[in-house]
Amino acid sequence: MSEPLLAVTDLRKSFGALAVTDGVSFDVHGNELHAIIGPNGAGKTTLIHQLSGNLASDSGTVRFAGEDITKHSMVDRVRRGLARSFQITSILDGFTVLENAAMAVQARSGSSFRFLRPASKESPLNDEARAALARVKLDDRAHRRAGSLSHGEKRQLEIAIALATGAKLLLLDEPLAGTGHEESAVLVALMQELKLTHTIVLIEHDMDAVFALADRVSVLVYGRLIATGTPEEVRAHPEVRAAYLGEEEAA
Amino acid sequence: MSAGTSNVAVPGAVPDVAPRRGGMLAGRGSALAAALIFAALAVLPPIALAIGDPFLVVTATRILVFAIAALSLDLVLGYGAMVSFGHAAFVGLGAYAVAILASHGIDDILVQALAAIGVSALFALVTGAISLRTKGVYFIMITLAFGQMAYFFMVSLSAYGGDDGLTLSARSTLFGLPVLSSDVSLFYVSLAVLASAFLGLRALTLSRFGRVLRGTRENPIRMQAIGFQPFAFQLTAYVIAGALAGLAGVLLANQAEFVSPAYMSWQRSGELIVMVVLGGMGTLVGPIGGAIAFLLLEDWLAHFSEHWKLGLGVLLVLLVLFTRGGIAGGVERLFGRARP
Ligand SMILES: Nc1ncnc2c1ncn2[C@@H]1O[C@H](COP(=O)(O)OP(=O)(O)OP(=O)(O)O)[C@@H](O)[C@H]1O
Ligand SMILES: [Mg+2]
Repeated sequence: MSEPLLAVTDLRKSFGALAVTDGVSFDVHGNELHAIIGPNGAGKTTLIHQLSGNLASDSGTVRFAGEDITKHSMVDRVRRGLARSFQITSILDGFTVLENAAMAVQARSGSSFRFLRPASKESPLNDEARAALARVKLDDRAHRRAGSLSHGEKRQLEIAIALATGAKLLLLDEPLAGTGHEESAVLVALMQELKLTHTIVLIEHDMDAVFALADRVSVLVYGRLIATGTPEEVRAHPEVRAAYLGEEEAA
Repeated sequence: MSAGTSNVAVPGAVPDVAPRRGGMLAGRGSALAAALIFAALAVLPPIALAIGDPFLVVTATRILVFAIAALSLDLVLGYGAMVSFGHAAFVGLGAYAVAILASHGIDDILVQALAAIGVSALFALVTGAISLRTKGVYFIMITLAFGQMAYFFMVSLSAYGGDDGLTLSARSTLFGLPVLSSDVSLFYVSLAVLASAFLGLRALTLSRFGRVLRGTRENPIRMQAIGFQPFAFQLTAYVIAGALAGLAGVLLANQAEFVSPAYMSWQRSGELIVMVVLGGMGTLVGPIGGAIAFLLLEDWLAHFSEHWKLGLGVLLVLLVLFTRGGIAGGVERLFGRARP
């Protein structure tokens, strides 16, 4: 089998005595959608922080596209094609929707140490930004102030920004967080399309979404991966049923 | 799970199509307000002459100099989100560059300005690179410490007057010509520097560089997540602002024909912050207005009592309590509502 796009080996992170990431290993292959599920506080966001470079790991390695990126900064990782979205929406409210995406294009299009020409009038940046917005069905909102979008639209923008970085692999931290039925249907449909062009690591609580989208699912409980497999395998896994799905069904 | 609950939340809210962050005064309104201020200043010398109060020009020049310094601080404070408490040091370094060179017989304004810009930019580069390793209140403290360091360095420099400062024998020259010798010409040169600095910084804040700076102000983690390292951008802004403040110092030395370490004291740095906050951070035109208001207020309150600083303090507290965005914010609320 070819080398995985993302290879995580024995990754660890503790906050004081609390081992939040406790020897996590998994692989993500090109064009795969790999979902990571787990109860609240399992350490999913912490894992995303470690993979994206927001948080330094205590030990273990992260390889991306054949390169050891364990010690790389967040900026170096995104330049190599590893982008993330945030569980807590973190778009730039004061800028237009278009500028939010255009800035991510700007980051990889020549020097940003240019001091005179108005950035918002740079058509090449805006064109690429618009393309990213179109992929999340936000192009008709391009000139709105980002802060004025509805919650669902903000979640869409969150994904568009990650796309606009030109990433090969998207780390999506609960893209459906806080969305209602209709909003989440839009986002799920959108991720179906993204799957065709991008490798995705998807953190999600919404089981329907996960089982509809994922090629493989890993289950994180108390910082450990207790199972990895196809959605069917994971659904049938006794430990998973006990630790996670059982609790879901009981609820 | 939470499905359904957020459906109740206000959908879409009010259509908000105005993208500009600073509202009116960050867009075309800012240019208009600045044009009005510059035009009013441009006709001041003939008016002062007509009403027989030439000293007005001297006061106004002093205001212009501090407006340039406040403008430069706005780049750091308002756009770069760096609360620098040592900005007066750059003004002082610029002023000392003039006085020290002059004491060695080098009077040319271009040479002096180049030296002033070089020295203050270098000081900004070194101290900024160190200060930016810290955040929040530590950043305030360390910039304050560097400012005080520059202050005490000048106090100890007895060859150049130490604590007493240094008097200039004459104003700077240009290719040997005493072009700044009249108060009116110094005034217009200062006005030209202020207007150019305003236009330059305006372009800068809208450029690629400025956009990254504004994005970083709003959310540095987001900016890193899309591939920008805030440090380089913030440091560059710090250096540009330091250099511009140094240039203000060149004009200050000429205006006062005297330099002293007092120009660099932390109180001066604090006053510059007050001018920026009073005028409205991150608007460029605001801090110009802030400098004008602050210095006029200072003059005016000084007529009433020697405790004018107390009065000023009270006014500032009221301003902070009852207005948002300083003078610029207030003007915006007065006129900005007309926007559809
Ligand atoms: N900076 C921190 N310092 C101390 N503890 C932390 C820190 N960040 C996270 N934790 C703890 O680590 C654990 C995992 O948190 P994390 O946010 O990664 O969980 P999660 O799986 O993303 O949860 P959720 O489903 O609620 O988003 C929690 O117990 C949390 O309190
Ligand atoms: Mg989380």
